[in-house]
Amino acid sequence: MDNNILVGLAGVLAAAAPVVFAAIGETFTERAGIINLSVNGTILLSAMAGFATSLVTNNLILGFLVGAIIGALVALLVAFSSITLKQSQVAVGFVLTLMTRDLAYFLGNSFMGQAGPRIPPLNIPLLQDIPILGTLFFKQDIIVYTSFILIVVSQWWIFSTRQGLLLQGIGERPAAAFVRGANVNKLRYLYTMLGGALVGLAGPMFSLSVKAGWKGTISGLDGIGWIALAITIFGGWNPVRVALGAYLFALLQWLGLVLQPSLPNIPSQVLQVAPFPLMILTLLLVNIGNAEWVERWLAGMPAPLRRVVAKVLRAMRTSPPASLGVPFENE
Amino acid sequence: MPKTSSRWLGLLFQVGAVLLALLFTSIILLLVGAKPFQAYERIIYGAFSDMGHISDVLVVWVPLVLVSAGLLITYSTGLWNIGIEGQIALGAIFTVWAMRLLQDSSIPPVLIILVGFLAGMLGGALWAALAGALRVFGGVNEIFGGLGLNFVSTALTIWLIFGPWKRPGVGSMSGTVPFDTSLWLPMVGGSRLSLWSLGLGILGIVVVYFILQGTYFGLRLKAVGKNPRAAFLMGIPTSSYMMLAFILCGVFAGLAGAVQVTGVYHRLIPSISSGYGFLGMLVAMLVNYQAIGAPFVAFLFAALNIGSIQLPIDLKLDSTLSGVLQGALVLFVLLMDGVRRRVLHKK
Amino acid sequence: MKVELQQIDKHFGSVHANDHITMTIPAGTIQGILGENGAGKSTLMKILSGFIQADSGVIKLDGKKVVIHTPDQAIHHGIGMLHQDPLDFPPMRVVDNLVVGSPGGLVPNKKEAIAALKKLQERFGFQIDPDAYVETLTVGERQQLEILRLLWLGARVLILDEPTTGISASQRLKLFDTLRKLAADGMTVIFVSHKLEEVEVLCHRIAVFQRGRMVGEAKPPYVTTKLVEMMFGKAITLDERAPCATCDPVLKVEHLEVEDTRLHICDINLEVCRGEVIGLAGMEGSGQRMFLRTLAGLTRPVGGKVIVHDKTLTGKTYASFRKAGVTYVPASRLEEGLISGLSLTEHFILAREQKGFIINRDAAVKETEENIDQFFIRGKPETHVEALSGGNQQRALLALQRQDVDVLLIEHPTRGLDIESSIWIWSKLKARCQLGATIVFISSDLEELLHYSDRILVFFGGKVSEPLDAGTTTVDQLGQLIGGLGMKS
Repeated sequence: MDNNILVGLAGVLAAAAPVVFAAIGETFTERAGIINLSVNGTILLSAMAGFATSLVTNNLILGFLVGAIIGALVALLVAFSSITLKQSQVAVGFVLTLMTRDLAYFLGNSFMGQAGPRIPPLNIPLLQDIPILGTLFFKQDIIVYTSFILIVVSQWWIFSTRQGLLLQGIGERPAAAFVRGANVNKLRYLYTMLGGALVGLAGPMFSLSVKAGWKGTISGLDGIGWIALAITIFGGWNPVRVALGAYLFALLQWLGLVLQPSLPNIPSQVLQVAPFPLMILTLLLVNIGNAEWVERWLAGMPAPLRRVVAKVLRAMRTSPPASLGVPFENE
Repeated sequence: MPKTSSRWLGLLFQVGAVLLALLFTSIILLLVGAKPFQAYERIIYGAFSDMGHISDVLVVWVPLVLVSAGLLITYSTGLWNIGIEGQIALGAIFTVWAMRLLQDSSIPPVLIILVGFLAGMLGGALWAALAGALRVFGGVNEIFGGLGLNFVSTALTIWLIFGPWKRPGVGSMSGTVPFDTSLWLPMVGGSRLSLWSLGLGILGIVVVYFILQGTYFGLRLKAVGKNPRAAFLMGIPTSSYMMLAFILCGVFAGLAGAVQVTGVYHRLIPSISSGYGFLGMLVAMLVNYQAIGAPFVAFLFAALNIGSIQLPIDLKLDSTLSGVLQGALVLFVLLMDGVRRRVLHKK
Repeated sequence: MKVELQQIDKHFGSVHANDHITMTIPAGTIQGILGENGAGKSTLMKILSGFIQADSGVIKLDGKKVVIHTPDQAIHHGIGMLHQDPLDFPPMRVVDNLVVGSPGGLVPNKKEAIAALKKLQERFGFQIDPDAYVETLTVGERQQLEILRLLWLGARVLILDEPTTGISASQRLKLFDTLRKLAADGMTVIFVSHKLEEVEVLCHRIAVFQRGRMVGEAKPPYVTTKLVEMMFGKAITLDERAPCATCDPVLKVEHLEVEDTRLHICDINLEVCRGEVIGLAGMEGSGQRMFLRTLAGLTRPVGGKVIVHDKTLTGKTYASFRKAGVTYVPASRLEEGLISGLSLTEHFILAREQKGFIINRDAAVKETEENIDQFFIRGKPETHVEALSGGNQQRALLALQRQDVDVLLIEHPTRGLDIESSIWIWSKLKARCQLGATIVFISSDLEELLHYSDRILVFFGGKVSEPLDAGTTTVDQLGQLIGGLGMKS
């Protein structure tokens, strides 16, 4: 394989790492039954704050820590207002996503365009020499390795551990989890904050590695968080599928850049939005099986065809945790 | 508890929320080493110091109140029309398109502007109908469908500015070639304010208030918003009503876009919506989705937007402070409303 | 384990749900708790199982006072409750359902759980595949799974809340056998039901509840009339059956074929006349709801014809069916029937013919007041529907149905209502039949089906019985058909 393409693909894996974090973070939150819509603003604020912290202290780890704390705090606000105060999760999340974005721009004003620290690459000895795979997977930085680990660990946590099964339970049917001894609302707080912290880590991942620096409104980060939210749905709340969604998205953005020179008439901003119509299309595919008119239309088909089409639609469909967005109250 | 005292309590909590929002913003200002009161004073100065500033506030108020009016319709129908930003942009694009087609003809300018407005309404409605169809017939949550369409509309705007509609020579971020002054909305004195658009804004919110308050149509929209399944079984065609809500909101967004083109910028620029769509969503949330408060809150938000422009000039602070304050206001009003309900519930 | 409840008291707002209840249940007993809906049975059981807390009172287990704050603590004390609708996780596997909430390390030992499940299954003769998804099980199997789970966790007191709703006759027999076995092993079983015949057959002793109080206890041999008197405070007699069917067909179904992901029912034929009442019987999920929704145009049939007033409406939408005079009254009042957040007046405005563009509020309030009087709705025109009690909501829902509608399709018209409200509701429905309306309704209450229907269709396992004459069918016969006995294959 052409080395340029390999390096490009390795770049795709790296570029997707923050999105993997954000989307898996949201997966945990939504698995617990809470929608945290503040992802987009949280990423911006934690990117700015993480960058600023590392710049001032010259300590990368502190930058990530600050990012995670900001994410967890914003998530805490979402959890508090929805679980304890019974306000609309969507409304609070939306306000927070706008407010944290403006906060990022306001507070980050004095750090704009400064050169700061960035994560060094970390080639893994021996493994980096494996043909193809070495370049793809083992000449990355610590962030990318961590993202691989996160995918595996979260998949294992959700589907194989006792705690993970309970997590599925509180998002699916909180009353049943409650009779099995779960403190539903406490767990919802915990997972919302855990998810928020993971989203918060995505910020410094951008500002200290993938898109190093803070450039205010032209950082190119505005919108990533919304993509991460869509990828969570696309991935059916399943970490491995969510990660695949993130890679697909990064691949498309890369293709946009690669194809740019051969399409000189199209401004780069246009190609960069290519993933968005695709996002709509995929959401359409996974949701259309639920539409009422489709059911009617199916009923009018001859039997054999009907069964096949119904099967296809069912296979594509993903359904959210049954109690997503529904507050739990023990009578 | 008697009704009047609970009303007072509600007011108390709202005042508390405003104070908390100011406190929060003050802390943010202290963080960057600014003096909060000085900043607030500059914002007020920037918004109200003279007729020029006040008229600028009204220039912002018109599209904002139009957008808020439209959003009240979708909110009442239980829909989160986040795609509103794109609908404003498409309104602007269609207005520019129609006016570009007609500007060299012999049609009187008044008529061209009128056609521009109609085209803007159509553009906004079409874009909203797309988000609506995705939601109603495709099961795609309107938040994601709308967001995706927002990004697409941004790309479309930029493509037009740098591509087919580029200025002679090379395209630039400053937008397309401005229209001839005969195609501008007439303005008051030396200001940028047009009485026509001001009247349009007032008319818009009054119409929406009337629809939601006193008509069968408005009540059915609310029924669909509160419980679509029950509304359907009661015989309301919910799909059509949801589509109608989207389209009506799109018409208002398109009007806002047309105002931006004919009254403010006189051309297409990359961020033609100026973020008024999302700001309108905050307005609607802050007034608890009731039309009666919308014009006042929209005025406050417009004043904050204009006033904060003074911040970079006088204090070297970023003008996004207005966004922080607007967000904090809505956030704390939501939070305090939750606290109030908890307190009442406990009693 | 011996269970003692002393002076248990519980208020919900102004409702006195449990009024100082004291009872003792010795180990090895099957205790029946009998009472109408809303008599306070479920509240007491939720208190015992830690789901809610009593305002005051003492619980003693084997003579020792215990405090139970959560269902989890109840299980630790050996009390397990099987809820009416099994509280499990449908999209998860059986084995995962078993281990959720069980004590142990981070990674559950699924093999061990499966082995334990197999052993328990053998003891009771259950056959549930540990790898199956719970949503593919029948309600009866899900109950069995819950019982096994509770036993596995060490329950020595088993509470069952209305467990026989929605399970087949054979599953019911198996359930009763299991409960007897458990009691013989020294377990305490508390069986909550409003069905006299079940409690009489199964229980060693019965406590009768009425309006939050325990009004009496009984031991075998039971005297049915006495139990009824205790339940209702007086002997209730239903009105005479009053058929008013004519021979003028309104609704016709020919070779109808309906299907969803689980069920396929072929060749349903039916002709319903003016004034006739048709009851649809069957376990929940046997296809009667799908059939009723098809009659309303809410679901499109995959074959056959639906004809209303000589007009073939097959494949048409709900709107066309409504135009032809059909309406659908759902069971879940606040989910599908009424709109929370809107007032009674607003409901009447929505339900009535539109006059002009602008609403005439005064006229609407006046009409609402008339309906409130006529239907005994306890509420004001400006009252929001969610603030009404269940019975008032059901009366409001009935009042909203337009007079020009002449085919009423009703899901569970009296579910959750006390017997007097039920009788009142049916008197109103029958009055509409007198005026020429036709009613098709679903019910799981055999008495209701037999008493108010003219003919009954029984749904079982993807099949539909020939219409039965309600006047000559007995409760036993109907029960057996619902359970699948004697159904022609």
